[in-house]
Amino acid sequence: MKRIFQILIIALIVPLLSFGQEDDQVMKARAGKFALTNAKIYTVTNGIIENGTLIINNGIIEAVGANITIPDDAEVIDCKGKEIYPGMIDSGTKVGLQEIESIDVSQDYSESGALTPQMQALTAVNPNSAVIPVTRVSGVTTVWTTPSGGFLPGTAAAINLFGYTPDQMFAGAKGIIMNFPSTAGGGRFRRRSPEEQAKATERALKTVNDAWDKAELYAKIEGANDVRNYPEIEALVPVVKGEMQLFIEANAAKDILAAIDWVKTRGYKKVVLTGVSEGWRVAEEIAKSKIPVIAGPIQAIPTRGSDRYDAAYANPGIMSAAGVKVALRTGDTENVRNLPYHAGFAASYGMGREEALKAITINAAEILGVSNSIGSIEVGKKANVFVSTGDPFETASKITDLFIDGYKVPMTSQQIRLYDEFLDRTPGVKKNDPAIKIIKK
Amino acid sequence: MKKNILILTLILFTGFIANAQVKKGDVLIKNATVLTITKGTLENTDVLVRDGKISRIGKNLKAPNGVQEIDATGKFVMPGIIDAHSHIALSAVNEGTSQVTAEVNMGDVIDPFDVSIYRALAGGVTSTHALHGSANVIGGESETLKLRYGTTNPEEMKFEDAPRTIKFALGENPTRGGRARGIQPSSRMGVEAMLRNSFNDAIAYRAKWDAYKADKNPRKVAPEYDLRMETLVDILDGKVLVHCHSYRADEIYMLMKVFTDFGIKKLTYQHANEAYKVASELAEFGAGASVFADWWAYKLEVYWSTAYNATILTRNGVLTSINSDSGELIRHLFHEAAKTQKYGDLSDDEALSLITLNPAKQLGIDNRVGSIEVGKDADIAIFEGHPLSVYAIPVMTFVDGVKYFDRATDVDDQRIYINPEETVENISIFNRHDEDRCMEEGVVSFEALFSNKK
Repeated sequence: MKRIFQILIIALIVPLLSFGQEDDQVMKARAGKFALTNAKIYTVTNGIIENGTLIINNGIIEAVGANITIPDDAEVIDCKGKEIYPGMIDSGTKVGLQEIESIDVSQDYSESGALTPQMQALTAVNPNSAVIPVTRVSGVTTVWTTPSGGFLPGTAAAINLFGYTPDQMFAGAKGIIMNFPSTAGGGRFRRRSPEEQAKATERALKTVNDAWDKAELYAKIEGANDVRNYPEIEALVPVVKGEMQLFIEANAAKDILAAIDWVKTRGYKKVVLTGVSEGWRVAEEIAKSKIPVIAGPIQAIPTRGSDRYDAAYANPGIMSAAGVKVALRTGDTENVRNLPYHAGFAASYGMGREEALKAITINAAEILGVSNSIGSIEVGKKANVFVSTGDPFETASKITDLFIDGYKVPMTSQQIRLYDEFLDRTPGVKKNDPAIKIIKK
Repeated sequence: MKKNILILTLILFTGFIANAQVKKGDVLIKNATVLTITKGTLENTDVLVRDGKISRIGKNLKAPNGVQEIDATGKFVMPGIIDAHSHIALSAVNEGTSQVTAEVNMGDVIDPFDVSIYRALAGGVTSTHALHGSANVIGGESETLKLRYGTTNPEEMKFEDAPRTIKFALGENPTRGGRARGIQPSSRMGVEAMLRNSFNDAIAYRAKWDAYKADKNPRKVAPEYDLRMETLVDILDGKVLVHCHSYRADEIYMLMKVFTDFGIKKLTYQHANEAYKVASELAEFGAGASVFADWWAYKLEVYWSTAYNATILTRNGVLTSINSDSGELIRHLFHEAAKTQKYGDLSDDEALSLITLNPAKQLGIDNRVGSIEVGKDADIAIFEGHPLSVYAIPVMTFVDGVKYFDRATDVDDQRIYINPEETVENISIFNRHDEDRCMEEGVVSFEALFSNKK
């Protein structure tokens, strides 16, 4: 009887699903108990399970393995011939903080002032950004979304790419962003002479150090009476006390070394280096410092005209081989969906596929401080997983099913809807009476 | 003494002749999987190149005396990639001082020293369409290049006998200057008016010259010669291919109507993020589109883009290519083309055509390049791994049978010019936005031109 009921339910649900995009149907995410069967499961932390089953219940991974009993009340999704991966994590984006790059009023990643660490990226995340569905249908389920500009632009947050409020999206970690005063010249339009640059760097370092000196003092006198309200310094105190991570952006080799020295002098315990474009020049030194890195974008031009053409592709592999823990980022907003391709390029140019996969899953989760809940397929972790027709780094592979926080998220986005509407447009051209006269070449 | 001068002159003269002749190579590529584009995929096949041309394709070919043999067992050979939208190898991009600058030519600002050329070669690219920028409605003539890196002679970078092309621009970019200063065009209406005015002026100019030529009066006076008008007349006469920067469907549609009225047929849209919305109209007109694989949301007019653009266009019968417009993206156009297999299931040949045969057709050079065929130029890329795989690595690139890139023997520093004033090498951290040269100097020039301060 129960079996018949089940078949009935499925018979009712299946047509609803397959015609979900037609006419006025609204596609919504849904929670429930799901059994993903017959899949090749890349757990990342516990090897690959051939012909495995994954049970998702109540938002978490309830069971995973080769011989799992499928609960009677689970919705079964047959993944024969497909692969399951933990959701990919991009460790550096502006997702949710920018809608359209050329329109200032659609940007909320930069606040006035050079020292604004108390600014919360999470506050400004727009859960309804069109970028979010475009990104997640490619298998990226979590991003590190960061403020930028100035020396201490604000507090970044890890967010899952599904939810209707910033809190629903929050993935459980925040960190202070710091742009290490740079000796690099900047881009094509921002060239400075070496002398000007050196002076500017010195001034900048003084400003930054002054802020951290105050933060250290503030940490000591915390709890004392009559301490002035000083939000930008208060925001730094958790870093001083080793309770929050500090993400230091440093790209030129010289800056990376200076940043490592700076961290050593300051004695801060939870630190991550980000960008690290020239990390390959000083990979041994980074490894020795034991500071993990977030590298990227990988599809990038080398920092110097004299560099080998593939320096940016090879950078993560060189650091990883030297013993540095590496996570990857696109540094992008609207095309964070290309994260698997950045990883694919890193894999081809020395990092290898396994390490590259770690760099956008478990390494990223560990570095951001969310590995207790995401980053691998393990029982008890949040069900952030996707089903792919094959290797997700391979350009032609397609994501067929997506779960974030245990919700089965519809595989649609603005771009997919436009495809459906315009592949065979109605009305098309009137063959007998086209608006534009036919003047075929 | 006289004799010395004569000898010196002779040496200089022969030197000049030698310089004007581009290098041509001979090579035999053995045992490759050859992706011909036009004649399918050939396994275990050899390609023989003589004097810069593909002379034979077949099995068990023997290398003629002195011809180098390359073992390409397990490797993939494809036609050199062609980028229909590029600003590398140029020392200037925009002449933004007027909304119509048909008199300028990118052939005059070729920079053979740009190390981006080598980096593009390292991505399997052999030809680029060096375009004028998009700051004005009718920009300058562009130049089709062959990436013969190492030459210091800009002339040798030019794709000999490639048809003339010119850049047009619609939408936000050409109206930006106008909007800032309150002059035309400040809207898409103004852009159309400017196009129609320009072509009407050109028709009047042509009529004056026609009348002059027909005039039998020996004391006739020639009309004023105007290079800008000359170029516009050549467009009307079908001698110049138009490549038009555009994004929104309405502006794409507008230009087809304008061109229909003036009888201009040779049209390719550049970027054309919303071309998919009027794909059937493009197909009817016979216009092409050269698009990004997935760029969007960098400005309002590309907000309603879709990565399925190239697929929708292809499926509706529009001649489509994928371009880079970037010194970064140009290095992995093979990967950009592969995205059409994720976004829309194009076949391998269809996807590869987007970066080879189709851009060649859009530039009018498909009789010379774009496929591996006997008689075509030996512009060839060799890959480790299938070029549509994310794991593909370009390993060798040939232009006219001459090897310009070889990963195995690559040395790090490939610059052929080093600024003697640069004591410390500039370090520039990659920023995607710096790569977009379409508006470089365009806005600056406009601001400067109309600024009260100047």
